Amino acid sequence: MKKLQMKTILKFAENNAVPLLFLVIVAFGIPLSGFSMNYLVQEIIVRLSRNSFLVLALLIPIMAGMGLNFGMVLGAMGGQIGLIFITNWNIVGLPGIGLAMIISIPLSIILGWMTGKILNKAKGREMVTSFILAFFMNGVYQLVVLYGMGTVIPISNSSLILSRGYGIRNTVNLINIRQTLDRLIPLKIAGIQVPVATFIVIVIVCVFIVWFRKTKLGQDMRAIGQDMGVAEAAGINVEKTRIIAIVLSTILAGFGMILYLQNIGTLNTYNSHEQVGMFSIAALLVGGASVNKGKISNVFLGVILFHLMFVISPMAGKNLIGQAQLGEFFRVFVSYGIISIALVLYAYRKLRAKELSGSALANAQEEK
Amino acid sequence: MKEKAPLLEMRNITKDFSGNIVLKDVSFSIEPGEILGLVGENGAGKTTLMKILFGMTVIHETGGYGGEILLNGKPVMYSSPLEALDDGIGMVHQEFSLLPGFTATENILLNRESTKYNFVTELFGDRMRTLDRVEMKERAEKAIEKIGVKLDEQTLVSEMPVGHKQFTEIARELEKSNVKLLVLDEPTAVLTESEAEILLHSMRRLSNEGIAIIFISHRLQECKDITDKILVLRDGCIIQEKATSEISVKEIAQAMVGREIKASLRDEARDIHKPLLNIKNLWVDMPGETVRDITLDINEGEILGIGGLAGQGKLGIPNGVMGLYNSGGEVLLKGEPIPLNNPLYALNSKMAFVSEDRREVGLLLDEPIDWNIAFSAMQVQNRFLKPVFGGLVKLRDEKAMEEVADHYIETLEIKCMSSKQKAKELSGGNQQKVCLAKAFTLEPEVLFVSEPTRGIDVGAKKIVLDTLKRYNREKGTTIVIVSSELEELRSISDRIAIVDDGKVVGILPATEPSTAFGLLMLGTVNNGEAAK
Repeated sequence: MKKLQMKTILKFAENNAVPLLFLVIVAFGIPLSGFSMNYLVQEIIVRLSRNSFLVLALLIPIMAGMGLNFGMVLGAMGGQIGLIFITNWNIVGLPGIGLAMIISIPLSIILGWMTGKILNKAKGREMVTSFILAFFMNGVYQLVVLYGMGTVIPISNSSLILSRGYGIRNTVNLINIRQTLDRLIPLKIAGIQVPVATFIVIVIVCVFIVWFRKTKLGQDMRAIGQDMGVAEAAGINVEKTRIIAIVLSTILAGFGMILYLQNIGTLNTYNSHEQVGMFSIAALLVGGASVNKGKISNVFLGVILFHLMFVISPMAGKNLIGQAQLGEFFRVFVSYGIISIALVLYAYRKLRAKELSGSALANAQEEK
Repeated sequence: MKEKAPLLEMRNITKDFSGNIVLKDVSFSIEPGEILGLVGENGAGKTTLMKILFGMTVIHETGGYGGEILLNGKPVMYSSPLEALDDGIGMVHQEFSLLPGFTATENILLNRESTKYNFVTELFGDRMRTLDRVEMKERAEKAIEKIGVKLDEQTLVSEMPVGHKQFTEIARELEKSNVKLLVLDEPTAVLTESEAEILLHSMRRLSNEGIAIIFISHRLQECKDITDKILVLRDGCIIQEKATSEISVKEIAQAMVGREIKASLRDEARDIHKPLLNIKNLWVDMPGETVRDITLDINEGEILGIGGLAGQGKLGIPNGVMGLYNSGGEVLLKGEPIPLNNPLYALNSKMAFVSEDRREVGLLLDEPIDWNIAFSAMQVQNRFLKPVFGGLVKLRDEKAMEEVADHYIETLEIKCMSSKQKAKELSGGNQQKVCLAKAFTLEPEVLFVSEPTRGIDVGAKKIVLDTLKRYNREKGTTIVIVSSELEELRSISDRIAIVDDGKVVGILPATEPSTAFGLLMLGTVNNGEAAK
């Protein structure tokens, strides 16, 4: 009995190695950083409202067996272009956010459709393909924003344009929409600000994803995620369904980016989207998701653990060795590290499965 | 009314793959509710026949087929299996096409789920309809009931025993509302005896309901028990078509194996008794060719044939011993243990292997013939290298490589332009000869040859087999040859071991009549009986 318990504990630990590791890091880091509980809770709530939507955008391609969608960066670009336009037109508040989202939709559809088409040509290598595709599209984005805007695309607002007359400035002040959603329904509990409206939106997305899994399309995606061949043989249009999965993910990533930036309040025209992809994927993996499995609970657990580490690591670093830079170093190190670990674990589990089938054969001999 | 057309009729079906005829003038018909047994050796054309019926893409890509298919008297020609399904023809495959992470219900109703309306469909179309789990459960239960087995429709496929997977597959075909004809491709191969019993029972139920069944099986006793009519295919022709009641299992086996090789072609039995290689309790995890428990002694200087049906594990033996697939057990060469999962050690121990997968494992397709022939010897034995700068650096000895290549091009009659021609430009038979030359260059003591004649023409076949034989006689090399073609084994081996379900079921001298091997392969007799 005891042996059995031990086994289940070990199995649990193996299956949740990454979140447990982070739990340990955070548990050591919190006292070291010396932050008050109140401060940490406030930070976590802010980060949850800021990042959850983006991370949720990753779930649908995982369901369709396409791995971690590094191409979500493309959606983020669409969202940013929407924000540049509404800032240019000086549209304030909620209508501004709404319009930015509407502008991002057609962009996301086009970019997502293109990504989907390309990924269909690279089945089984979706992740590395989308990763490189994001780099490539970054170049296109820069071309449009740096040279196209103010020349081909009319931008009249001089605070947006570089002094040379065309191209968007490095940073765009999103004062028009800054935290409008977060502060729509003000709520303060024990001195902690809670962005109720943003959370409502996030809950709606969660409900959508849960509901989506129950639709015919969701079922088809789950089938494709397990075995493309079988799904195809059953008459499911595999390629089209995969494209839909990526388009949905790209649209959600665009929306997520707009919510993320309305919370931050400034747009880093040439950098914001780059970081977002990596940090979202790292957060999801920290939450215990893997290349072929992702749940909503992984999203929230991941955002909490990953960003808690973000918050505490500079102070913990400073208190530990007198250097706050350690924190910054730690962030990047951990983000890339965690993605690597997740990919290695994924390969390791495949190998393990192979070994197990071998030992099953050996055991079958002994039983006789 | 009397002249009612049969449910399905296939008339004068012929099919060739680039000149290689696999089906010749095959005609048969099946009535509603009839169970037709389709038997034949591997490569007899059973699978191709079914592929033609279902209009699989491979058939169309290789130039279609001759003859016609009539369904209820109307000619049909399917361009994809989905069209056949629409006409009520279902197929249960040998390999499971189930999704492991789905429940039985989800698999049975894959892409035919019951759905409910919701407002989103107005905007985005029917794929946004939500699944109706309650109705799906009912439909799945009904389909399972049709087979007459107990199967929890909520279990995940990954957690099911194989038998239940098979039933799930069948239930999926049955759930299709208009199914009239079911093709079962070796459904009992993976089942235990009691599970097979249940399956046969449910097949009878289905036939009573008027569903016709084409039953492909290697277990002849089952065919005898269940079918109404038996069709024996051999080399693409129908050898026998008889009502089951008029034929015995032995007659079926004889018809299947058929051709008797002339005695004169075979050498006299040699008396070789000194063991060289001992394999004990070997298991090999090779997908599709799992070896479960093989114990086998190979004598010095003999040619040992390993036969058996596809998928029973005969290919796993050389692949396991040579360390290409994960394996365990004990292998002793002259009493010295050979560590498994270590190809280099195996090669260093003077063992060589000609793989059945010559394009992926056997050859460097983009390299010239002489490189291919010298490659293993260069890697393993440091040959074909010449020291430069006093041995500081070793370079390829192109001249020696060319010499050895030319030697083999001549002796093995490799048809090529020169030893510098690329391996991928050669025909299958010549590629096989290059693989053999590569193994010979290693000068092995034990040579494993796996399916040496697969996919090559008759002339090349003879050269390959003759070469192996000559090599064995001249150099005394022990050869283990694995092949699906029994007659080929009988023509060159001293002894033949038959593998069934990952185990050796019997070892007989090659002089035994082919029916004895046939019966062993089909698992209809036990060892004692066959050895008599």
